[in-house]
Amino acid sequence: MIQPPTQTAVAAAFPALVWSEFRGGTRAVVPRDELYKTLEFLRDRHHFDLLVDITCVDYLNYRGATDRFGLVYLLAATETNERLTVRTFVNEPDLVVPSAVPLWKGADWMEREVWDMFGIQFEGHPDLRRILMPEEFTAFPLRKDYPLQGRGERHNFPVLTREEG
Amino acid sequence: MAIEVPENVVVSRLDSLASWCRKNSLWPMPFATACCGIELMATGASRHDLARFGAEVFRFSPRQCDLMIVAGRVVMKMLPVLQRIWQQMHEPKWCISMGACASTGGVFDTYSVVQGIDRFIPVDMYVPGCPPRPEQLIQAIIDLQDTIQREGTISGREFATRQRQQPKRALVELPVITLPRGVSHLPQGVRIE
Repeated sequence: MIQPPTQTAVAAAFPALVWSEFRGGTRAVVPRDELYKTLEFLRDRHHFDLLVDITCVDYLNYRGATDRFGLVYLLAATETNERLTVRTFVNEPDLVVPSAVPLWKGADWMEREVWDMFGIQFEGHPDLRRILMPEEFTAFPLRKDYPLQGRGERHNFPVLTREEG
Repeated sequence: MAIEVPENVVVSRLDSLASWCRKNSLWPMPFATACCGIELMATGASRHDLARFGAEVFRFSPRQCDLMIVAGRVVMKMLPVLQRIWQQMHEPKWCISMGACASTGGVFDTYSVVQGIDRFIPVDMYVPGCPPRPEQLIQAIIDLQDTIQREGTISGREFATRQRQQPKRALVELPVITLPRGVSHLPQGVRIE
């Protein structure tokens, strides 16, 4: 749901973007090197002042997928009522993308969550720590190669008996 | 030698008297983490009125409680907190595992949810249900009161029995699953030992 003039202007500024439509929503796939510049351009020139969400998709063993992780930025322009989905793909072992915290303060915890669950590193993030899992947790649990029942982390606790209580 | 006592005097054991006091003044520690906590609140509220059984004084400080009611799922980040609170409570103390999640992990058979708190702390009473109705929780408290009256001692030596010292359920480590590289899931029914 993006105005055609906006799309034309963005496409002219960044020819590498791949555009697609799905059920009235507009999506743009960005090469990782142009991700930060694209987001900055969208925020400064086209009023995309609201970062709705940052999330990630693991495409391991997904049919037809060529890349491992798809990073998804959901943007909204509160003045013009436009919405845009910006996606970029990253592959192991180089899972580093520029942080969007300098553009939107709200990206802070979203990026921490993506780091916690998928292990994507955000370069330039002020405080990239785990946000949901315990700090001593070592795996990235939403990756598709992580077993649903974990690797024994949930059983790794001392057992209290009556006497020790 | 018979001793004459007035007719309003009852002769009993001190253990029995102490247990009678304890069972009728249980102070619950509400460890409510999920929807079971809502039923726990309903149990304490006016319609079901836990006060009828002498257990309505919910205290949010473990130092003042002797009955921990774990209502809801416990995740691995929460378990050290649960254990610390349990250790902070004074003896004699009891634990009710309320609902399917606290007892077994329930439907949350995932990496982060503890599969039954009785693996890591002693549990005296289990309440089935998802979530249990207040009547079930009240029944569990009544059953616990019966247990306290039946086997309680003033010195608490019933807690020192061998059976009480062991975890209720054998702590069977679930197999640690490491999948071969490139395999995202196992076919149904296949287990890696």
